Amino acid sequence: MSLLEVKNLKVAYGGIQAVKGIDLHIDQGELVTLIGANGAGKTTTLRTLVGMVKPAEGTIQYDGKPTGKTPVFDFVRKGLVMVPEGRGVFGRLTVEENLRMGAYYRNDESAIRSEIDYVYELFPRLKERMTQLAGTLSGGEQQMVAMGRAMLSKPKLLLLDEPSMGLAPIIVQKIFEIVQMISKQGVTILLVEQNAKLALEISDRGYVMESGRITMSGAASELLSSDAVQKAYLGE
Amino acid sequence: MPQNQSKRMLAFALSGIVLAVLPFIVGSTLGNSWVRTLDFALLYIMLALGLNIVVGFAGLLDLGYIAFYAVGAYTFALLNSPHLSIFMPWWFILPLGAILAAFFGIMLGTPVLRLRGDYLAIVTLGFGEIIRIFMNNLNAPVNITNGPQGINMIKPIEVAGFSLGKPVELFGTTYNSVYIYYYLFLLLAVLTVIICHRLQHSRIGRAWVALREDDVAANAMGLNIRNIKLLAFAMGATFGGVAGGLFASFQGFVSPESFGLMESIMVLAMVVLGGMGNISGVILGAVLLTVTPELLRDIIGPLQMKAFGRMIVDPENARMLMFGLALIVVMLVRPEGLWPSKRRKAEFHDALDDGIPAADSQAADGLKG
Repeated sequence: MSLLEVKNLKVAYGGIQAVKGIDLHIDQGELVTLIGANGAGKTTTLRTLVGMVKPAEGTIQYDGKPTGKTPVFDFVRKGLVMVPEGRGVFGRLTVEENLRMGAYYRNDESAIRSEIDYVYELFPRLKERMTQLAGTLSGGEQQMVAMGRAMLSKPKLLLLDEPSMGLAPIIVQKIFEIVQMISKQGVTILLVEQNAKLALEISDRGYVMESGRITMSGAASELLSSDAVQKAYLGE
Repeated sequence: MPQNQSKRMLAFALSGIVLAVLPFIVGSTLGNSWVRTLDFALLYIMLALGLNIVVGFAGLLDLGYIAFYAVGAYTFALLNSPHLSIFMPWWFILPLGAILAAFFGIMLGTPVLRLRGDYLAIVTLGFGEIIRIFMNNLNAPVNITNGPQGINMIKPIEVAGFSLGKPVELFGTTYNSVYIYYYLFLLLAVLTVIICHRLQHSRIGRAWVALREDDVAANAMGLNIRNIKLLAFAMGATFGGVAGGLFASFQGFVSPESFGLMESIMVLAMVVLGGMGNISGVILGAVLLTVTPELLRDIIGPLQMKAFGRMIVDPENARMLMFGLALIVVMLVRPEGLWPSKRRKAEFHDALDDGIPAADSQAADGLKG
């Protein structure tokens, strides 16, 4: 059974339909990417998955149960964690405090401590800056904070909204390596991206979204070599 | 760093001694009225620290904070005075006032959950006025609050049969009740500081900052925004309620006049001027804004007499004028407050980017390692 199963999802803002009936599923342990241009409805889809936006129609099943009326703050406890677009780092909290926010719902202090140390091992840069306000970090460092923070929430399914947005290519490369590494640890990931090539390269499967509909789906390698994707997103 | 620690201990001990003997020094040199000012400074420290939870930590602008002070004061007044002929022990009504204030805090918090900034300020301002107007008019058809006349002859706090309202004789000198109240207020102010300090560095303290910063991300972290906001209102109100009860017992008299908009603004000014979100800053603000107007009262009149031989400007007006001027100057020169927190300082002086990423070259260097 799939960890996440979305059927005929429709979302509307006022009269405008942003998502026009999509189906998607993610199996345990997969790294799935959702690619598409600006305004295709990717972010709306993610926000609907964590209850921030209410669907107009359709069902979302997470871990075998419909998410229905689960309040937003409860999703984290169930292992469904989102890293919002633009990173959502708390600029006026220190790096360490930001990481602790990820563990907000937990109270196993000793485990939290050792996981924070693990994040510092992954990102030595963050350790150097642990007492610094996160808002004074560079974009790449902030993205590291956002990822580290998400890891402290102990996700089963991690939803990443455009982690590469606004970052220098070399940093993007590094961020994608980290995404891959988190995935290897057994965390299921849904990666929403505009950077189609990189996203497909690290993913198992992919969905292509265009103006509120999923127009293509399949194994990442197939999508990567398909003519349509090549033309539309890879510019080759 | 043991040396650092011992230095800290020394600083604590020294300030403890200074605070302990302060009323005697002030009383013998400047007179009892100044000891009374000290008492009020301590009361305002409690109030300002309470408001700091709402405004400084959680970032919710509250212009009606004095209403909670009023709730605490009236609870104490009604339940321990001849007005209703009810006399309850202070250790019961002081906490009761705090709980009632917290309840009113939640009452105010619930409808304004979705409001921010200006709109929140307007509603809280209205709330403050509503409470005051209620106190002013609840004398008919059934006389509860005694209206604008206020409630008189409130009994002072009594500990083990010893009334704090009576002067005491010590080593042949009689000390006014303001001395005894000083120590009670000092004790509670210190307690308030400790609680605020613990709160600030707790999970809840972080949650308040996070909420202020980005509620979408905070919500995604598993933070129940509604509860956290209501908690801020309730906690802030609790301190206001306690301070109100103390005020009633100290003054022996309450009337709606003491709880006007000006008072709310004064407490807010203490928080902003001192340094929003920083406990030491807020204390500094409270002390300055309590002491300065009194100081100006003593200076302006005599100064004019000396300089011009007659009063040109009414000292009361001149005092407020100078006070207002001083506030404007401070806000122009140091908008972040006299003693801001690290976070607040960053807001004003550092280009904290909201979404626009800074240069990534540094990060790239760091990543190679």
